[in-house]
Amino acid sequence: MRTENQRAWFFVLPVLALVAFNALVPMMTVVNYSVQETFGNNQFFWEGLGWFEQILRSDRFQAALGRQFLFTALILMIEVPLGIIVALSMPRKGIWVPVCLVLMALPMLIPWNVVGSMWNIFTLPKIGLLGYFLNDVLGINYDMTQQPISAWITVIVMDVWHWTSLVVLLCYAGLVSIPDAYYQAAKIDGASNWSVFRYIQLPKMKTVLTIAILLRFMDSFNIYTEPFVLTGGGPGNSTTLLSIDLVKIALGQFDLGPAAAMSLIYFAITLLVSWVFYTLMTKDDAE
Amino acid sequence: MRKRSLIPILYIAFLMLPIYWLVAMSFKTTNEILSGFSLFPQTFTLDNYITIFTDPTWYWGYINSIIYVTINTVLSVCVALPAAYAFSRYRFLGDKQLFFWLLTNRMAPAAVFALPFFQLYSSIHLFDTYLAVALAHTLFNVPLAVWILEGFMRGIPKELDETAYVDGYSFPRFFVKIFLPNIKAGVGVAAFFCFMFSWVEMLLAKTLTAVEAKPIAAVMTRTASSAGYELGLLAAAGTLTIIPGAIVIWFVRNYIARGFAMGRV
Repeated sequence: MRTENQRAWFFVLPVLALVAFNALVPMMTVVNYSVQETFGNNQFFWEGLGWFEQILRSDRFQAALGRQFLFTALILMIEVPLGIIVALSMPRKGIWVPVCLVLMALPMLIPWNVVGSMWNIFTLPKIGLLGYFLNDVLGINYDMTQQPISAWITVIVMDVWHWTSLVVLLCYAGLVSIPDAYYQAAKIDGASNWSVFRYIQLPKMKTVLTIAILLRFMDSFNIYTEPFVLTGGGPGNSTTLLSIDLVKIALGQFDLGPAAAMSLIYFAITLLVSWVFYTLMTKDDAE
Repeated sequence: MRKRSLIPILYIAFLMLPIYWLVAMSFKTTNEILSGFSLFPQTFTLDNYITIFTDPTWYWGYINSIIYVTINTVLSVCVALPAAYAFSRYRFLGDKQLFFWLLTNRMAPAAVFALPFFQLYSSIHLFDTYLAVALAHTLFNVPLAVWILEGFMRGIPKELDETAYVDGYSFPRFFVKIFLPNIKAGVGVAAFFCFMFSWVEMLLAKTLTAVEAKPIAAVMTRTASSAGYELGLLAAAGTLTIIPGAIVIWFVRNYIARGFAMGRV
């Protein structure tokens, strides 16, 4: 059991100072901009909650938010089951384990803009391996820069390629912590594969799966660089996810007020959903 | 058993395909790339790599990235160690709230912070320095390092601390001589994650630099837009960015699964 000790605060101080500097100052800047209007020359006028109302009502924001939720839901629905399946079929012992782990983790260590460029090169019609294969071998008309559907599929497959391994590694960590005795007992009882999964493996993976879903939710909701490099948000606005739209408004059009209001709404949504996952997770920890 | 190992093999093949294509492209000449499809490089060339290793703007991109990533990793792990110890050993006023607040910074979209960070670091004259990027990346790396280290430290029984005090160890000596060696794996994993997220993050790194500390990503985007579209060169630059990650991952391969679970298995 942890002991009560208020002096523990001193241990936390360096972290607190660093993160407060990095988080509070920029956050206050955003809050400041979000309630003001500017015409340049550092002149600001009080705007109240006008920007928030404008953003929440705008079709552009709602469309981007809708795309964002669709994207996050789709990648979670693909990555979580796929990750569990791969983790279940991985070897538990032997020389292949480190090889598998290193190869699987490799996509996660590639800089995000390189991931985008890589998939761009991979999917180019005529030149890229996938683009050539789909167009010239299978005869499917596929061009990411022209067809919204192709662009969406490419962005989704890219994210599955990039991040499914996170789910695999987390589930695998849960699986190897199950003692052999559990499996032996199940064998003696004549349990089917399904009941071994349902009553032994799944409960053991519960905590790590929650972490996986939490991390995947946060990161996919904040995704920017990969789809931006791959599609630039296009064709049209079809793959303009929230972050891409936000950067367009803030750094492209320099509309500081609306961008700041949008940032806060965006952050609030991420925070709310993450908080739900986090409480679920810490409840498990306490048990 | 044979059928079961098919799934990981297929999955890894799927992961390797785009990487293979990137590497294959990097050994092709621009002419070959544009003239049509070829599965293997027909006229094998090292020109793309030679360009990168002889042009200072290119290779300085890599050096810059590695410098700020290293500063960030050292800084993040050093401040996270005492904090993680406090969270794993003591209860104090507001500990749960503080822990969650730290994690919220891991959740913040980098796009939200891009502009305010630019203004903040410009105003304290750190814009376009290694320190600016390293500090900015602590925003999401410190919470992560605290989280991972706390998970690993919780696995160390409290009796270890108590025995050390009975034996007359002072706190700093106990921490360095006894506690740290016990969570070596955790420190390695935390450092690995800090390295990883700082290495792959590009939006903030690009926003906070102009010339002096420009990361490799910024050099790559400039090439993509200005010098026509030199795919071979871009592929070679991309291939080189994979190597540092592959090296560090080899060192933590035995802990990586547990590390991704934040020591909570």
